[in-house]
Amino acid sequence: MSLWRQLTRGLRALAHRQAADQDITDEVSHYLDESTAAFVARGLSPDEARRAAHMELGNTTFVQEQMRGYGWENGVETLLADFRYAARRLRGKPGFALASVLTLALGIGAATAIFSVIESVLWKPLPYPRSEQLVALRHTAPGIHTDNLNISAALYFTYSEENRAFQDVAMWSIGSATVTGLAEPENVRVLWVTHGFLPVLEVQPSLGRSFTAVDDSPHGERTAILSDAWWKARFGGDPSVLGRRILIDGNATEVIGVLPPSFTFMDQPFSMLLAQRLDRASVPLISFCCQGIARLKSGVSLAQASADVARMIPMAPLRFRLNTGASAAGYRNTRIGPNLRSLKEELVGDIGRTLWVLMGTVGMLLAIACANVGNLLLVRADGRQQELSIRAALGAGWTRIARELLLESALLGIAGGATGLGLAYAALRVQAAFGPARLPRLHEIGIDHMALAFTLAISLAAGLLFGLIPVWKYARPRLSEGLRGGGRSQSASKERHRARSVLIGVQVALALVLLVGSGLMIRTFQALRRVHPGFSQAQDVETFRISIPSTQVAGPEEVIRTEEAILRKVEAIAGVQAAGMVNELPMEGSSNHPLYAQDRAPQEGSIPPIRRYRMFSPGYAGAVGSRLIAGRDITWTETYGQSPVALISENLAREWWHDPRAAIGKRIRTALTDDWREVIGVLEDMHDDGIDQKAPAMVYWPLWQKNWAGPGYVTRSVAFVVRTPRAGSAGLRRELEQAVASVNASLAVADVKTLETVYDRSLARASLTLVLLAIAGGMALLLGLVGIYGVVSYSVSQRNREIGIRLALGATFGEVTRLFVRHGLAVSAIGAACGIAAALALTRLMQSVLFEVSPADPLTYAAASAGLILAAAFASYLPSRKAARVDPVEALRLE
Amino acid sequence: MDEPGTDLIQGTLDMLILKTLSLGPMHGFGIGRRIEQVSRGVFKVNPGSLLTAFQRLERMGWLDSEWRLTENGRRAKFYSLTRSGRKRLEIETANWNRRASAIARLLRTEG
Repeated sequence: MSLWRQLTRGLRALAHRQAADQDITDEVSHYLDESTAAFVARGLSPDEARRAAHMELGNTTFVQEQMRGYGWENGVETLLADFRYAARRLRGKPGFALASVLTLALGIGAATAIFSVIESVLWKPLPYPRSEQLVALRHTAPGIHTDNLNISAALYFTYSEENRAFQDVAMWSIGSATVTGLAEPENVRVLWVTHGFLPVLEVQPSLGRSFTAVDDSPHGERTAILSDAWWKARFGGDPSVLGRRILIDGNATEVIGVLPPSFTFMDQPFSMLLAQRLDRASVPLISFCCQGIARLKSGVSLAQASADVARMIPMAPLRFRLNTGASAAGYRNTRIGPNLRSLKEELVGDIGRTLWVLMGTVGMLLAIACANVGNLLLVRADGRQQELSIRAALGAGWTRIARELLLESALLGIAGGATGLGLAYAALRVQAAFGPARLPRLHEIGIDHMALAFTLAISLAAGLLFGLIPVWKYARPRLSEGLRGGGRSQSASKERHRARSVLIGVQVALALVLLVGSGLMIRTFQALRRVHPGFSQAQDVETFRISIPSTQVAGPEEVIRTEEAILRKVEAIAGVQAAGMVNELPMEGSSNHPLYAQDRAPQEGSIPPIRRYRMFSPGYAGAVGSRLIAGRDITWTETYGQSPVALISENLAREWWHDPRAAIGKRIRTALTDDWREVIGVLEDMHDDGIDQKAPAMVYWPLWQKNWAGPGYVTRSVAFVVRTPRAGSAGLRRELEQAVASVNASLAVADVKTLETVYDRSLARASLTLVLLAIAGGMALLLGLVGIYGVVSYSVSQRNREIGIRLALGATFGEVTRLFVRHGLAVSAIGAACGIAAALALTRLMQSVLFEVSPADPLTYAAASAGLILAAAFASYLPSRKAARVDPVEALRLE
Repeated sequence: MDEPGTDLIQGTLDMLILKTLSLGPMHGFGIGRRIEQVSRGVFKVNPGSLLTAFQRLERMGWLDSEWRLTENGRRAKFYSLTRSGRKRLEIETANWNRRASAIARLLRTEG
């Protein structure tokens, strides 16, 4: 009650200062009148009475001041006055203020940007209710050498029916479909889901309803739930779309719902959800097709859920029929086990390590910025030393002076923070627009209240940090020295330089750490660029995808004929040197299956390790620029004849037969009941999992198969690979679309891009780290050099008299210059030594983002230190030339 | 201030103001005058302390104030006791009585 009154009265007094003042003046004057009247009543003359009343009251102004001085709002007023004073002083030195604010803005802006990325990507929960309960159902299978197996339909049904740990279980996979009958045929991305998908996420369509078990059965009507964006783009957001039937891959499909605008899933772009419509009765045991997700019952831990999954895995073989040709023992020996992860972990992956390296980098940049501004403040405080001493001598308490100095730096900090926030916002917008880094959850990144709080906190902390340096030097409760010596610029004492030299040393050390960091990233990048990806001149390769639904082209041979016809049209386009087809582009596919070799019979009942499969057309290897190490390419005759032939990668050939040439004529197959297929060629290794990963062993099969237990016996969705110098041009794109349309007008061209974008994406993380570290390192170097320049130059100006004396006594210019260069070099050498030690400790944390370079790479350290010392020598030499230009007569006469 | 018998005992001014106002609203000078009169001139109140005390007591929520006309037609700031001020007065009075009687006892036993 009383506190509330204190607050409201105080605020009222603050807001209506004049009225409050008037009130007090009136009251005092009334008091005087009454008092006078009382004295008159006692018999004094009016004049005497007034004098007596004034005597009794004392100093009127003093009384009014005392009355006014009560209340917390007066403290605020003094503080505001101090702030105004600080702001005025900063305005008086716009150069200093601008330099400090910009330096800080850079440091704070970078830190804020990276912080909001870390916060949005790593910390923020996924955008579903109680998202911490969501898990990705992955598996391990040590028997086939993988710890990241997806889920099979058989396991999905088993889990749905038998689990004790989950609220809901669902399966999803991403694919594409062709929508016809609306406008141009359009190839859209589709999320194929089981009916538990939206319930698992606890998401309701914003319009219409979710899938039911009937929608999800092969006997129900085909149904679709549209994404908000696609609904708006194709149907203008018309709610009457519900119940309408659209043709998807030639099948009439009823629209039953529209997703909320905010709905996203695993960073997958998609236009609609379609039900998987699996037939429980005919699903075979080995049917790994999809990704599994589930929502844990509340109170169930990941470990308990894993135990539950482990319990259910052996149930599947009892309920589902074994695939023809597979052996029960073989399935058992894959030793499938649970590998459950939180859905967020599954999405975010290991980007955290990169982000923390970046956070460390910008943290160091911020520290350097602080040191730099601290240095500027020191110089300023030095200039004000006399003023401060006089004020202290006149009775200003040291707390009061300290408060003033701190307010000034806090003001700088806040101004820097505000500018930095703007920079961070701009940087994040740029990042979102160009997306060089391909971060997970990119669309969720933004500056929210937590990032704002972080910015405010680091701005104030930075302000206090560098503000304390001059306070510690000048506002300690001992000030008389300043008065004694301040007026005359005698030769500066060592003490006065120490603080600045320490700051410069710190800056140099931090700059060296960042330089070493960027050096290591440059070496990493070089190493990555040196890796031959398994294709060549990716900038000259254009790619696009088409999918041929069975409702449009029924027979498998017709599919191949259509694909070949398109390929021929593409080859005829001006400037096209080579073209081919493949089911998945390099670095984009991950379809893994076991592979048997005739002369390397696996032990009875065991399944051989899984290999990466690709389906390809004649000419693909040439178009993508993959070298044929041995043997030959396949032919169209073999493709149409479903000939039992295949190509393999060099590493697989060496693993099994030690020599690529020895592999030719060997026989392989994908299952025990398959035909044997002859290896007719060996292609060079492809870094299919990314440049920094080992090249997986690969097998290339023709597009159409006979007696085949592997994936898809005819390939209906193919990526075209077109080698031409015109890659990436709009003209080529138009001609490609015409080529496709001239063969079949209802086929849609999708996902047009050059192979280079695919390649760059695999370097994206390394480039992001490199660019940021290089910027930070460059800035750090620049700030450090400016600092050294400033210190030496200041020292020259302070020691003018000494220089004069030295020159007068016969010192040469060279000797005087050397004196100052030595000073600058000594400071930076000590800084560099500390920097090397710090770098050795800190760069170990970078290990995870480095590639084929040691964190203690001697070359990088040597180059960074040498470069830094050279630059430091230069930065000290420039100002020291001023010393040599000192005229001894002038310098001595000045005093 | 140096005259004997005119000093207010530290901390009693607030109580005396509250007590005076418990009889009814009054302006500053009147309050001071009243304290002097009732105490038969034992307490002479310093006007500066008095005016400052009003600020404090009002902020504490024990007094309300209002500009009104006096009997002789002049504008004056009248103070009145709030409910929490009344409670405060009870507490202070009780405290004072306890202390005063304790001191009286001490003086008796010594004498």
